[in-house]
Amino acid sequence: MKHLLSASDLSYTEALTILDTAAQMARVSDGPIKKLPTLRGRTIVNLFFEDSTRTRISFEAAAKRLSADVINFSAKGSSVSKGESLKDTAQTLQAMGADAVIIRHSASGAPQRLADSEWTSGVVINAGDGTHEHPTQALLDAFTIRKHLKVGVGDLSGLTIAIVGDILHSRVARSNVILLSLLGAQVILVAPPTLLPLGVENWPAQISYDLDAILPHIDAVMMLRVQQERMNDFFFPTAREYSHYFGLNSDRLALLKKSAIIMHPGPMNRGLEITAACADSARSVIVEQVANGVSVRMAVLYLLLAGAPNENVESGEILS
Amino acid sequence: MSIALTAADISRALTRISHEILERNGGCESIVLMGIPTRGAFLSQRLANLIEAIEKTEVSVGTLDITLHRDDLRLRPIRALVPTLAPKGGIEGKDVILVDDVFFSGRTIRAALDALGEMGRPRSVQLAVLVDRGHRQLPIRADYVGKNLPTSRGEVVKVRLSEIDGADEVLLEPEGSK
Amino acid sequence: MTRYLLEGATLPDGAKSQILISGGVIVALGESILHPDANSAQRIDVNGSIVLPGLVDLHTHLREPGREDSETVASGSRSAAVGGFTAVSAMANTFPVADTAGVVEQVFRLGQAAGLCDVFPIGAVTQGLAGKALAELGAMADSEARVRIFSDDGNCVFDPMVMRRALEYVKKFDGVIAQHAQDPSLTVDAQMNEGSVSSKLGLKGWPSVAEEAIIARDVLLADHVGSRIHICHLTTAGGVEIVRWAKARGIQVTAEVTPHHLLLTDECANSFDPIYKVNPPLRTESDVMALREGLADGTIDIVATDHAPHPAESKECEWSAAAFGMIGLETALSIVQLAMVDTGLLSWSQVADRMSHAPARIGRYADHGQPIAVGSTANLTFVNPNVAWRVDRDLVLSRSKNTPFHGMELPGKVIATFFRGEPTVLNSILVRGLRAI
Repeated sequence: MKHLLSASDLSYTEALTILDTAAQMARVSDGPIKKLPTLRGRTIVNLFFEDSTRTRISFEAAAKRLSADVINFSAKGSSVSKGESLKDTAQTLQAMGADAVIIRHSASGAPQRLADSEWTSGVVINAGDGTHEHPTQALLDAFTIRKHLKVGVGDLSGLTIAIVGDILHSRVARSNVILLSLLGAQVILVAPPTLLPLGVENWPAQISYDLDAILPHIDAVMMLRVQQERMNDFFFPTAREYSHYFGLNSDRLALLKKSAIIMHPGPMNRGLEITAACADSARSVIVEQVANGVSVRMAVLYLLLAGAPNENVESGEILS
Repeated sequence: MSIALTAADISRALTRISHEILERNGGCESIVLMGIPTRGAFLSQRLANLIEAIEKTEVSVGTLDITLHRDDLRLRPIRALVPTLAPKGGIEGKDVILVDDVFFSGRTIRAALDALGEMGRPRSVQLAVLVDRGHRQLPIRADYVGKNLPTSRGEVVKVRLSEIDGADEVLLEPEGSK
Repeated sequence: MTRYLLEGATLPDGAKSQILISGGVIVALGESILHPDANSAQRIDVNGSIVLPGLVDLHTHLREPGREDSETVASGSRSAAVGGFTAVSAMANTFPVADTAGVVEQVFRLGQAAGLCDVFPIGAVTQGLAGKALAELGAMADSEARVRIFSDDGNCVFDPMVMRRALEYVKKFDGVIAQHAQDPSLTVDAQMNEGSVSSKLGLKGWPSVAEEAIIARDVLLADHVGSRIHICHLTTAGGVEIVRWAKARGIQVTAEVTPHHLLLTDECANSFDPIYKVNPPLRTESDVMALREGLADGTIDIVATDHAPHPAESKECEWSAAAFGMIGLETALSIVQLAMVDTGLLSWSQVADRMSHAPARIGRYADHGQPIAVGSTANLTFVNPNVAWRVDRDLVLSRSKNTPFHGMELPGKVIATFFRGEPTVLNSILVRGLRAI
């Protein structure tokens, strides 16, 4: 596996290896010295065409804890906003010697275009492309779920996880459906029909329009951000009606199992898809998801970059 | 292929090393045994058991995965990480005894010293190895050696332990063996 | 005036025949021609080839005036000739738009100057392609370009009232409106066919219904006002059914399909390579099968390339930033052979109908699509179906390289093209019009 563009790039074994490695990396972050020499001398570029402080900082922290050099490139105010293309930007970075490019872009498929082209020879990691995928988010979500509900070991079999919200436009949902079901979990998608994509019945997930009916049966509920602007495209009539049917509030909190956890990839629209009480409740692991993101991203960087180039197999042990 | 150490040889060597450790450190109060996985970890557990049998006191034991500190990562395929088990009571101010099966170039021990440095500051670090086969590439020496085994660089030393390989023995195989 | 005696060709019906051309016309046919002009004729060996009436493409984008970086009338003519075409209809979405007699005459004359095929400009239906006010259709019909086909292709004539009036108005000069069927409000910012692939890839979908709803509306309008209507680039099984239904009711509808829609599906988008981005989009396998059946049974009347050149920077980027379109003049006949003849769905006679007779009839191009007979204008295409060739985008004659077939091996090579009695292509190479622009 040379790049990480989509959750479907991972086999079951590879996904577990990343989670296990992330657990090890988490120990580094807990220790007195939060630094490892593993990626010393490597140059990692954060190529962010879309604003995202949280994800960019997470990748930056991960890279720095492994002693890599980090170059941050954000689109605002750069030559891209003056019309320089993805191709030219990539070739410039290549000329500067990037070993890996972490790319976030508003166009679905941009990381794959980068990986398939000859514009850069480094490893490409997708940090979110349009409405397509966000594989490291799904990995940190799986890591978080496993930590709380499976004592941090093994896969997610036996668990039922609900993903609620704007599935149609969500790259987090797409990556999570692939990864969580790969790891053995049952996934339920809850949304109004307008926010479910055509052909979703062929995804490895169940569909429900009724949040109240499924909440008592799930182990984790992942709330997705819903944008106010979707009202202008007729996806739902009003914010009020959306929250009424699909928002997580205290009444719904009471329906959850005692052990169930509440998740959100952020940023939250407090009051729209989730109330403040729920976001801040003891069941919420939202803040922890962020910390886990660093460990998971350290694991991904280690597994993709530390070894000999283009060879990521050791006698069938890990990545195949 | 020849047998360099039989099961009996290994047992005697470990018994001797455990006495040497106690002698040198004046008992087992201050020591922490840190085994380097895979087989170093089993050996450190065996040493811990032997020491406990002699002194009738519990000995602190842990394992130290040194993969992330290796200096040859870029030259090989990626390896999975193995859990690092921190010893009870930590290593701060203790006499840490690194335990490994084969002592060869010394690079593994260098990486282990780096990894230890991130866990804390031991009072001292000592090294116990089952087999010293020579050909050091770094200025590192062992404090306790089970057997000195002269080898040529291309020969292969295979340590087998019953915990994982079903039997105890150390084999010396000619160049070209896998 | 040179005379040519072509030897070794097979007619579409399977009969072997020599062909004697003189003065731009076929003067004799037969296995062994006895004709006074035969002796002074230049002999050309076309052994192994099937002779078709010169191919006619009713849907080409020549980009001139305005986007000469992508293509010019001259470079497009070269591409057409090598593909076996003797006539192309040039779509109106140029800059300025071809919505006046002036622009269509300019394009017409550029075609004549290039001299490699007949270029018949298509006139816009509405001014500026804006869909609001009719363009001067009559003036364009009367101009030197003698426009008979009108299309806002690139855009849909969306307002039903405007479409109705246009359908009525062109009856005066036996014109036909060629509709690009796409409901704009259902396809805002759409990137590819709406289906399980688009859902997986996170690309905004272009649903079949946005095409079919317009086709249904327009065949009913054409019926109501008693006019002809032509549907551009049909891409869905539902669209084929609607056209079939309309024809059964006697509605004067004709339809076209592109070569790429006969072969490629939306699965191509999995690579996110925008070489496969086109409007209307590549659809599903069952749509492809329905289109092939529709072309075979004549529900779809013609093959038209929708040759759409784009510069490299419009395709070497992320999907959503890329332009829609593929070039197709040079690969059209091979793709039709691959998808339709080699699969047993069409005979070569039927290929002659779908790619020459029928389009010439729809466009009212009298000198094209004629039967291969004595007295016919010598617009002829010679294709050897047994020679395979590899598509190389760096070798295409079009100015643009955006072909989805790069690297593919295709059957059937055009070995000669004759335009009004003179060869434009011999031994698969362009022999005239080599002056660079």
